[in-house]
This record gives sequence, structure tokens and C-alpha cells, in this order.
Amino acid sequence: MVETKSIIELRADFPILSREINGKPLVYFDNGASAQKPNLVIDRVSKYYQFENSNIHRGVHTLSQEATSAYEEARRKIQKYINSPLEEEVIFTKGTTDGINLVANGFSRGVLQKGDEIIISEMEHHSNIVPWQMACEYTGAILKVAPINDDGELILSAFKELLNSKTKLVAITHVSNTLGTINPVKEIVELAHQNGTPVLLDGAQSVPHMKVDMQDLNCDFYALSGHKMFGPTGVGILYGKKEWLDKLPPYQGGGDMIKTVTFEKTTYNDLPHKFEAGTPNIAGGIGLGAAVEYLEGIDWKAIHIHESELLAYATEQIQEIEGIRLIGTAKDKAGVLSFVHDKAHHYDLGTIMDQLGVAIRTGHHCTEPLMHRFKVTGTARASFAFYNTKEEVDLFIAALKRALNMLL
Amino acid sequence: MNIDEVAEELIEDFDLFDDWADKYEYIISLGKDLPGMSEADKTEEHIVKGCQSQVWLKAKQDGDKVIFEADSDAIITKGIIALLVKVFNGQNSKDIVNNNLAFIDQIGLKEHLSPNRSNGLVAMVQKMKTYALVFSNNK
Repeated sequence: MVETKSIIELRADFPILSREINGKPLVYFDNGASAQKPNLVIDRVSKYYQFENSNIHRGVHTLSQEATSAYEEARRKIQKYINSPLEEEVIFTKGTTDGINLVANGFSRGVLQKGDEIIISEMEHHSNIVPWQMACEYTGAILKVAPINDDGELILSAFKELLNSKTKLVAITHVSNTLGTINPVKEIVELAHQNGTPVLLDGAQSVPHMKVDMQDLNCDFYALSGHKMFGPTGVGILYGKKEWLDKLPPYQGGGDMIKTVTFEKTTYNDLPHKFEAGTPNIAGGIGLGAAVEYLEGIDWKAIHIHESELLAYATEQIQEIEGIRLIGTAKDKAGVLSFVHDKAHHYDLGTIMDQLGVAIRTGHHCTEPLMHRFKVTGTARASFAFYNTKEEVDLFIAALKRALNMLL
Repeated sequence: MNIDEVAEELIEDFDLFDDWADKYEYIISLGKDLPGMSEADKTEEHIVKGCQSQVWLKAKQDGDKVIFEADSDAIITKGIIALLVKVFNGQNSKDIVNNNLAFIDQIGLKEHLSPNRSNGLVAMVQKMKTYALVFSNNK
């Protein structure tokens, strides 16, 4: 483990972690759903509303200019953090879902033709399934699903076989929200590119656990959510290679995304504004910039070791409980522990554990096809962040045992 | 006993518990005691939508009265529906339709069983009331 002190120091940056729930210290193991926010982010959002609030990109007055620079400065911070070559390749969105919909919408209007194919995988979140189903419905393209094995790993040979001259896009998750599987995305991008196919990566679950590098991954699109990477809710990023973003038509029409408007003909603004119609989530964008600043100060190597040890410890402890079956046993996993019990329902477990101060997620995790694949109606899921500790895993295991005691 | 009398008894039962664990243990025991439904009856028609666990609810008319059968794959959810069945089973269909559900608050379960807990309490009550409404118009 990383020296306990450094994790404790990190925890102190997150005020919510010292809350009590039902009279017990909060054990927050629902980071996969949304991560907590450090003071740096909270204070930055508060500062914006207290001293800088105004609309961006149009005002001549001082406040507007200050807000605009803060917002654009946040874009540059994020660009640097994800190592995107160009600033205009970083589009502010509402979140991962919004980013994927932007690309799916663009592909539906000009790229996809009847009979074309899109490849996704069996472990996708609904937000990386449904937009493509809608695109297929609209264009007559066909959705192909790459299978996974019983450990929850993508079967790469089967994925390769799906690639052909009709494949117009591969849309795949970097890290599975339900299984924790880390997909071999660099290999996937290489294989797809050899086939002349662009790749969109769903980065919602990767960014809380690792630093991602757009130039290293070489993907064509990368969608992520601010709130899962310790930033505000309702803001996210779509990274797209300029050549692709130039090719796609605008997603929404409105203010800020235009150059000139007449009733006869409107010309669109340059990137990134072409995809940012209307007043954006300014406080959210600035807050996400602060989150990235916070993450820049983190020793990711040490965090990786800490999170791996936490997951290994929790996995070992939970397997000692009779009747537990893990869903998602990939060799390469981020901090997610999904499980079912042969006699206790995940909903019952989550409800009792909440009374004991332990927050976990239960249900299908917006991955219904994956639930069918594993023949379960849902799972209980503990998902970790770098601020979680081994002591919290002990409290989680104790709460799980108590719940089972009550239920069985 | 009418609806209010059964509810009053339940409120008294719950008053005896001073911590959450006792309340849940009681709900769990209600769930365990409720006879389940046959697999053949667990159909789309009987499913209560809006619950994180699966819940089935069936009703039949017996003169003015409504007889309920219910089941769930989660034991706490089954306990909650057992509680509702305890209150409404064998009652007059019009009384069921008109009940204001005040007993749910009085039992002191509101904080645990508020609609946003995805336990489908609201959906369960709605389905029970819908059965009762259909039966009361059906005479």
C-alpha cells in the first residue's frame, strides 16, 4: 500500500468522506456511479458563482471576459491532462452519454449508409448501445456485438473476425462499469485502424483510475464524464481527432455554434464551438478544470498500486464468504467488485448495508445485455476510488456478513 | 377488522422497535412468512414495474372483497408487499381505492421506504389500488 498517511491526507481533501450515515462512518463504495469532489473543485465552483458569474464568449464587460478566460483555461488544462494535440479537439459536453450521442448523431447524418456495420461489445453500458441502435435504425446500418468470455474479457479473436470492409466504427468501453475489465484498447485501436475503421472509446470508468493519453491511445473519439473523475456533475468531454470533428455535422443548432445566420443560409463556427451550441455549463467546465488540476498533483503510479492492493484484498476477503460468486474476474481489472450471492438478493444486501453506512450499487448497472450473458438479474457492486482504504474494506465485509446474517 | 384496525395493529407493532435492525428483521420475517406465488403465475401481467427487484401481484374478486397474492425475489421487498397484503387483503374494494395510505408514514418506514429507494412501494400500492378499482366497477 501507499503510505497510509498519504491516503489519509488525500481523504482530508474530500469533505463528504467524514460524514456519518445512519450514525455510522460513511464507507463510500459507489465511486463507479459518481466520485466525490475535493475542496479544490467545490471552492472553484463556489468562487465562480461568487465572483465571476456571467455569460461567456460574447460580453464586452470584464466579468464576461474573466468567465470566458476561466472556461477556456479549463479546456486547456483538460487538453494538457489528456494529452490531446489540439485545443479544438476538446469539446465540452454534458457527460459521456452526451459525447457518444454527439458522435452517433454525426455518423447518422453523412457517414453511415445502409448495410454498414458498427462494432460494440457485450459489456457495453446502455449509453454505448442505445445511441448506436438509434443510428442503425435511422441509417439502416447493422450493429455487431463482440462477445466476452466467462471472466468478462473481450474475445479479441472474435472481435477481429467482425472487422470487415463494411465496418464504419468501433465503439467500445475502456473500462467496464459492471465488471471492472480493462480492455486492451490500444490493440483494438490498432486492429480497427488496420481495417481503416475509426474507434470511439467510452472513458467514463477509466479516468477515475488512470491518466489517459489521447496520442498514446491514438483513438478517434474518447468520451468521458466530469463527475466520475472528481469534478462536477453535468459536464464532460468529448475528445475527437480534428479530421473527424471537421467531417461531422453539428449536433445541435443555436447560439455560439454559428459564424453568420441569415434566413437563407447559416454558416457554422469553427471547432470546438461548432459542437457547443447554447450557454454551456460554465461552472461545471471550470470545476472540471479544477478537478484535472487536482488529478495532475496525484502520483498515479502509487495510486495504481494502492487500488490494485485494495481490489486484491477485497476480492480475497469476499471469496471467503460462502455463497458469493464474483461477476467479472478479468486478469486486468480496475477497482470494481461485482458479486451475487446464491441465496440473498442484491437489493436486500444493498438496503441492509446502507443502514450500516456502506454505500454500494445494486441492480443491472445499465448493462442489461451483460446481465443476460451472466444469467443474473443484477449484481451488488462495490467500486473503489483512490481515497478508499483497507479499513473501509473491512467495514464493507463486516456489513456484508451482518446483512447475510439478517437475510438468511 | 377493517383497514384502519389492521393498520393500527401494525403501527403498534412497529412502535415497539427502537432500532432499524429490529424493523428490518420484522419486515424480513413478514417476507419469509408470506406464501409465494406459483411460477406459472409470475407472468408479465402480474409484474409490478418500477422495482429494482422483481415483484408479482395477483388479485381476485370475492364479492365486495379483494384477495391478494404476492411474491418477490428479494426478501425485504417481499416483506414490504406482505405488509401491504396484511393491510388490504380481504378488504372491501372501495375502501382500498379510498385509503389515504397514512399508515405507511405512521409505521415510521417513510425514511426507509420513500419512493426514491427504488423499492417500488408506490408502484405496489398503485397496482393494488388498480385491481381494487377494476373490481369495484365490475359488480
